[in-house]
Amino acid sequence: MNWRLIKDKLIQRSFATLLALSLIVIVLILLGLSFKSLPLLRAESFGAILTESVWSPLNGSFGFLPFIMGTIWVTFISLIISVPLCILASAYLVEYAGEALRRMVLPLVNVLAAIPPVLYGVWGVLFVVPFLSQYVAPIVGAETTGYTVFAGGIVLAVMIFPIMVSIMVEVLQTIPYELKAASLSLGATKWETIVKVILVKAKPGLIAAIVLGISRAFGETIAVLMVCGNIPQIPKSFFDAGYPLPALIANNFGEMMSIPLYDSALMFAALLLFVLIFGFNLISRLILNRLEGKS
Amino acid sequence: MSNIKKRLLKEKIAKVAMQLSGITITGSLFFIIGTILYKGLPYLSWEMISQSPQGGFYIGKEGGILNAILGSLYLATCSTMLATLIGIPISIFLNIYVKSGTFLERSCKLLFDVLFGIPSIVYGAIAFSIMVWVGIRASLLGGIITITLLTIPIVVRTIDELLKTIPVDLKHVTFSLGATRWELAKIFLKYIKPGIFTAILLAFGRAIGDVAGVLLTTGFSDNLPKYIDEPAATLPLAIFFQLSSPIPEVQGRAYASALVLTFIILIIVICTHLLASKQQKHKI
Repeated sequence: MNWRLIKDKLIQRSFATLLALSLIVIVLILLGLSFKSLPLLRAESFGAILTESVWSPLNGSFGFLPFIMGTIWVTFISLIISVPLCILASAYLVEYAGEALRRMVLPLVNVLAAIPPVLYGVWGVLFVVPFLSQYVAPIVGAETTGYTVFAGGIVLAVMIFPIMVSIMVEVLQTIPYELKAASLSLGATKWETIVKVILVKAKPGLIAAIVLGISRAFGETIAVLMVCGNIPQIPKSFFDAGYPLPALIANNFGEMMSIPLYDSALMFAALLLFVLIFGFNLISRLILNRLEGKS
Repeated sequence: MSNIKKRLLKEKIAKVAMQLSGITITGSLFFIIGTILYKGLPYLSWEMISQSPQGGFYIGKEGGILNAILGSLYLATCSTMLATLIGIPISIFLNIYVKSGTFLERSCKLLFDVLFGIPSIVYGAIAFSIMVWVGIRASLLGGIITITLLTIPIVVRTIDELLKTIPVDLKHVTFSLGATRWELAKIFLKYIKPGIFTAILLAFGRAIGDVAGVLLTTGFSDNLPKYIDEPAATLPLAIFFQLSSPIPEVQGRAYASALVLTFIILIIVICTHLLASKQQKHKI
């Protein structure tokens, strides 16, 4: 056979092997995490682990509810802040702004994505936390150190701006011009067109962007850990400290391995994160791929 | 008439709201960098970036964070190189060797998209337990492997986006001249060369800034890393540890370290941007 063809085949084989290896890693992660969390699941039922609220590894009680609620609180707060801002800003960039402004703003938003989480954490500690405890808390009459789920939510909101804005802008750009033209020619103002036509049409894509934002917020570890207070309790208000799941793993791994089931519990937390985020990402990517195929 | 006035007023208010949210989002970038600059600059000194920690560094005495800067650079360089060497072939394979539109191609690309979103703490946790199981202690090597896994999806995705921009005609012409698929791949790689550096820089930026992945796997050390099986300090972790100290001096150093990391990231961002505009001009 021709040497060139042999080379081609060899390269095909080796590249395929690389691909297979990197995909096997996913399976290994899933298997490894499940295997390691088995001891905990044998000791307690799945439902009990998720709904119990007492976290006391020394006494053998592993209730994940405070951490799950902590994660939900910070994610929820970050969404309240970022979703309206991102939708409005993306609509502006696509419908009002000129090409020049878009070319200036989008790269800046991408810079925001390049900033490492720990710097967001530093910013949170330097600005958000003191700001909350000194200015915001007195207004509503709350007493707090500032290390709260609210601070975590604000920091997370800024962190998920870039992924939401860039995807929302892409989605809004796929809306056909004819739809807008039809609405505008019927006498609707630009804003009415945006609310009643464009956003309605773009809904699946926007939801996909938000879900990607949620999964980003779910997994964020260090920035949230630095500002959240890390007290294993179920937060009752914006000004309570919380303890999200990733922070639990980061803070406790490698220590106290001698306590039975402790590392199993932490691996279970990692498994929970992996499965949830994998699912969220999969759903939103499928939606986005379908939209891309249509346009 | 008052109806139309009301609608136009609404339009104006909405426009202002949209502008404000745009300003908030872009402004937050400058705000973050500004805060770090303002707090970190007074503490930044030549000693900070040219020395390793001396005795008593963590109670505010002399020394610097050279160990962390070098550790991070080693870690990010090695893992980015590995991720590039693994990621580019995968991308080439998916775009050239596999027929486009097949189930294999689409599902693999989807998987890498999904993997891109998996948080580093998950990689860190699983790598850590494998290391405990095999009996390796926290080391530079462990960190490199973890971060490589984290950055492979970034490389694959970015290269994939670049390969998509190549006109399909180029492929047909090359094949019609009797080229093999590997020869086509070489032409494609040449075509996207500036873009490859963008992908490498993106991966490097992610690698150098990550904490959750290295927290468990790389450990921390006050010495410069000499061998790959020793624990090594990393810049983001150094920031994190110093910031949690109660001593103001040490906290100040955390701000200065954050500033150093910000500079590194900004340099990467600027290079990426320059390369991206080069890729625009690099079209055949």
